Amino acid sequence: MDFTSKEAHEIKDLLVKGEVSSQEVIQFFLQRIEDKDPKINAFITVNKEGALKRAQKLDQLKEKKGKLFGIPIAIKDMLCTKGLRTTAGSKILENFIPPYTATVVKRLEEEGAIVIGKANQDEFAMGSSNETSYFGPSKNPWNFEYVPGGSSGGSAAAVSARMAPLSIGTDTGGSIRQPAHFCGVVGVKPTYGRVSRYGVIAFASSLDQVGPFSLSVKDSALVLEVICGWDANDSTTAKAPVSEWSQNLSADLKGLKVGLPKEYFTEALSEDVRQTLDRAIEAVKQAGAHVEEVSLPLTRYAVPIYYIIATSEASSNLARYDGVRFGFRADFSREPARDLVDFYSRTRGEGFGTEVKRRIILGTHALSSGYYDAYYKKACQVRFLLREDFSKAFEKCDVLMSPVATTSAFKLGERIHDPLTMYTNDIYTTSSNLAGLPSMSVPVELNSEGLPVGVQISASHFEEQKMLNVAFSLEKAFNFKAKRPKDV
Amino acid sequence: MELKKVAQLARLYLSEQEMEEFQKQMKSIFQYFEEIKDIDTKGIKPLVTPTPMEAFFREDEVIQTLSVEEVLQNAPEKSGHLFKVPPVV
Repeated sequence: MDFTSKEAHEIKDLLVKGEVSSQEVIQFFLQRIEDKDPKINAFITVNKEGALKRAQKLDQLKEKKGKLFGIPIAIKDMLCTKGLRTTAGSKILENFIPPYTATVVKRLEEEGAIVIGKANQDEFAMGSSNETSYFGPSKNPWNFEYVPGGSSGGSAAAVSARMAPLSIGTDTGGSIRQPAHFCGVVGVKPTYGRVSRYGVIAFASSLDQVGPFSLSVKDSALVLEVICGWDANDSTTAKAPVSEWSQNLSADLKGLKVGLPKEYFTEALSEDVRQTLDRAIEAVKQAGAHVEEVSLPLTRYAVPIYYIIATSEASSNLARYDGVRFGFRADFSREPARDLVDFYSRTRGEGFGTEVKRRIILGTHALSSGYYDAYYKKACQVRFLLREDFSKAFEKCDVLMSPVATTSAFKLGERIHDPLTMYTNDIYTTSSNLAGLPSMSVPVELNSEGLPVGVQISASHFEEQKMLNVAFSLEKAFNFKAKRPKDV
Repeated sequence: MELKKVAQLARLYLSEQEMEEFQKQMKSIFQYFEEIKDIDTKGIKPLVTPTPMEAFFREDEVIQTLSVEEVLQNAPEKSGHLFKVPPVV
């Protein structure tokens, strides 16, 4: 059976009814990876043996139940998987075998999912193109000369190329939504606090959030039901109730107010993205929504405050890579360390890639004595005001619709040597992380070059259902999920 | 920005090429960061955790977490139940 045109929940139904076996499904997708991944490089590690073993076990079960029973899922290499190498896309963790499993992965497995492999990513999730991965960039399945986006580029590409029906990514400043937009798949960043960060390699703890990629809105909603919820191991998880979002989807938007942030419609926006957004706006009106303009006056400051806060938190979080307890250590056999500082500095200097070093430097400076108030503290104060802007906007509307990025996917090598341009590309996505809002990307159509263009939908805290409904409505109107990259 | 000093604070060696590259980039990146100086934030409390969180109590129970072997399994070098490092003084 060809599973590439099936959604995850459809495959699960076939499995539960006993019409196909778990081994058949996993073998099919392992074969897809073997055939397609040499050109795409979406996986850092394929869990062939482990996945087959688990499928065998699932097939022996008398009672086949679980929301994701037998579904292969690719996990971004930012999430710890016990006994399965987890690298964060970095040389410094090249041989790291976690002694425990992240809560997210544990919950997925409890509902029957099978980890098929660990997905490629920018090193420590620092990048917007997947080009900072120590394991080489992943490619965009729609055109191999283009980037899949980042940092969760491998997770997006794996689903787009039908190498797995589902995947998991992390989003600190757009790292799920931007690659979803570039690769033509659904990608969701939940409300901050919805999903446990236990076992997720830390980048910027007040911004990081885990979320799903899938071909359909319903599948992403289903994964959210499984991974969201309070966790004793993460004190920043919320006790807010988790609903059956996938069962409550409605494409009828009658009575819903959709806001368009006027500051997002600038000259920086490319023509294809603007046109797609216009058509999406028309579609939600057709579905019964009322559309009006809203204002987010601090928008132009979102990227600078994001990069100050994210690099500050990163410089602190990444201090743990010291070459003593785990991870890479420089070779001191020929030239012994002069002192302890030399020991740390050589290990970290050889173990981290250039983008990670750049951000550690930025963050260290922003936090250093004499600069802390001007950069870090000031950024956190503006962050408060930015969240106020969103609260005001949500008094006027239920959801916000906006572009995901200024452009569709760009070419490999095009922006990697200009960090500031790469950073400013995150203008539409970073605000949701700063304000802690749920935010997602839904694919709408292909541009004239045959590259996907998506739309971003955001809602106020814990209002995932409203956001998912708008995405569901756009999916019904444009049926993008029926399209697929021709080379795969 | 004294790049050498910051790199020292971060315990991070930079190659000569990185030093040169970063030196140029840092200037324009921090100029960009400084745009936020114009915003009036007098009396505004810095925001860190963006959604409201409740603190909670839990029972003080002894639970099994990781064994010593598991904790040491990724160590670059070990000796018995200890992390081993080369002499550094």
